[in-house]
Amino acid sequence: MTATAILADELVKCFGDVEALKGVSFDVPTGTVLGLLGPNGAGKTTAVRILTTLLRPDRGRAEVLGVDVTADPMGTRMSIGLAGQNAAVDENLTGRENLRLVGRLTHLPAAEITRRSDTLLEQFELTRAEDRLVRTYSGGMRRRIDLAAALVHRPPVLFLDEPTTGLDPRSRTDLWGTIEDLVSDGTTVLLTTQYLEEADRLADRIVVIDHGAVIAEGTATELKARLGSTVIEVGLADASDVTRAHEQLARLGAITTDGHLLRLSVTDGAAAMLETVRALDAASLAPVTLALREPTLDDVFLSLTGHTAEEPTPTDDDETPSASRRGRRGRSAEQRP
Amino acid sequence: MSAPSAALPAPASVRMGKPRWFGDAMTIAWRNILNIRRNPELLVFATIQPVIFVLMFTYVFGGAIKVPGTNYIDYLMPGIFVQTVVFGSLTTGVGLAEDLQTGLIDRFRSLPMARSAVLVGRTFADLLRNVFVVALMAVVGYLVGWRPDQSTLSILAGLGLVLAFSYSLSWLFAIVGLYARNSETAQAISFPILAPLVFASSAFVPVATMPDWLQTFAEYQPVSVVVDAVRGLTYGGSTPEKVLAALAWIVGIVAVCVPIAVARYRRVA
Repeated sequence: MTATAILADELVKCFGDVEALKGVSFDVPTGTVLGLLGPNGAGKTTAVRILTTLLRPDRGRAEVLGVDVTADPMGTRMSIGLAGQNAAVDENLTGRENLRLVGRLTHLPAAEITRRSDTLLEQFELTRAEDRLVRTYSGGMRRRIDLAAALVHRPPVLFLDEPTTGLDPRSRTDLWGTIEDLVSDGTTVLLTTQYLEEADRLADRIVVIDHGAVIAEGTATELKARLGSTVIEVGLADASDVTRAHEQLARLGAITTDGHLLRLSVTDGAAAMLETVRALDAASLAPVTLALREPTLDDVFLSLTGHTAEEPTPTDDDETPSASRRGRRGRSAEQRP
Repeated sequence: MSAPSAALPAPASVRMGKPRWFGDAMTIAWRNILNIRRNPELLVFATIQPVIFVLMFTYVFGGAIKVPGTNYIDYLMPGIFVQTVVFGSLTTGVGLAEDLQTGLIDRFRSLPMARSAVLVGRTFADLLRNVFVVALMAVVGYLVGWRPDQSTLSILAGLGLVLAFSYSLSWLFAIVGLYARNSETAQAISFPILAPLVFASSAFVPVATMPDWLQTFAEYQPVSVVVDAVRGLTYGGSTPEKVLAALAWIVGIVAVCVPIAVARYRRVA
């Protein structure tokens, strides 16, 4: 199970003046889940569109199961399934008819289409709604029929582009369960998401991209470990307190700030907590909140990109932040093996 | 949520065959015809407008429009047929733009299906829809006094020419639909192309009544040429050369638009 199912090698794609991908590389071993994590506009969807033959890269190489995506798009399409952020099903067809549509377009025998549809409708709990038009489905049901449609022809490689964006928490948890079932059956999955919790739960490995470049990769645990083992979170009353606390605490570990919240990454949690309290007290700073906790992928993302995953990336090319992004990117590149 | 074995993926999808352009196109046509049937109100409104045109031109303007040597309804009906399918062909583009918008085209393009199928299938479904609309228009025309005096075969050939013209225009508007960002834009782009073709034509009034500068355009543009040919086939006149000219336009539009539409479909992002 060590063969590479999905390979992206230095992918570059420009839309006019905008460089959507600036040389993105990653690979997904067969039977594993790669989480492609990044904010809106980071280039996640562009990477998926290249790997699913919808877009041609300007430069670089993309392979699915050893088949070059640009040289043999038809061969690639034989082995992939795609479920997108917008449920790509026909609203005016019933759930079952949508599955039949995909079955016929992948040239399965009629009996096989019926059998697969029965199985998938049952698996996705849509049997009772199978003869209703999809336009009457709820958001969660639409995602399920969309995912089912991507699976009719049993693709060994599955691309899920933000499969749970816009879903309510219950539907999201349900869909996660479904994806986990698929993975346990041996499907290779490339999953894009802006939800760190989702990547943490589903992905074996995570690639973080921002502004069209890979800025970090590893398992969720590795990414968290990079920050130190513990995070001390100090909530402060106002911005001037944040600045002063930053000066006082900088010697203890790496600091990121998010509004009036200051996060300190440390290795020895208890001792650092004591030091933090002493330092704050010495400076007559009274924190509003003070907490010691395990780092989350949010912390990782914030320290890597300077912004949280769910807030939209600033589009204006302000000189200072882009310079600091370059700095961070340089560091993370060195850290990568 | 399920039994784990339910979605066991095959190691390779060996059962999937090679793309078959005709079969794939018929599958897409099946899907588009289901869409038409599931939205019967669209078909109803698509036919109400031409029915109103027939009634309006017959009873409101008909008395004022004098066409030498003929009953106005016999002059009018070929124009109404062509006008109806010309405006109907717009739905090809609007539907494609909608499929692009919803992401359905992305799904199709990620499947191992023939690349021409989405376009061939949709234009075919729209042709079937036009068969229904043209038949309905013929009945309405008959009820208000349309009495073509040529042979049945000749009349059927005339209606066939109308349908062939509608098919060629579907490909023209497929291009519009593939370039438009959404269905509203597709509609907005299409109307300024359609209006002068339909109204600066021989569809409703003889071209000879128009100002000189407009006459040249009005006489040779495709709508007039097809309308004149259908008039010949239903009412008589110098028919063969008109039909040949109409066929030349139809073949020309298809020959130009099909490759452009297919190329655009492949590249559309």
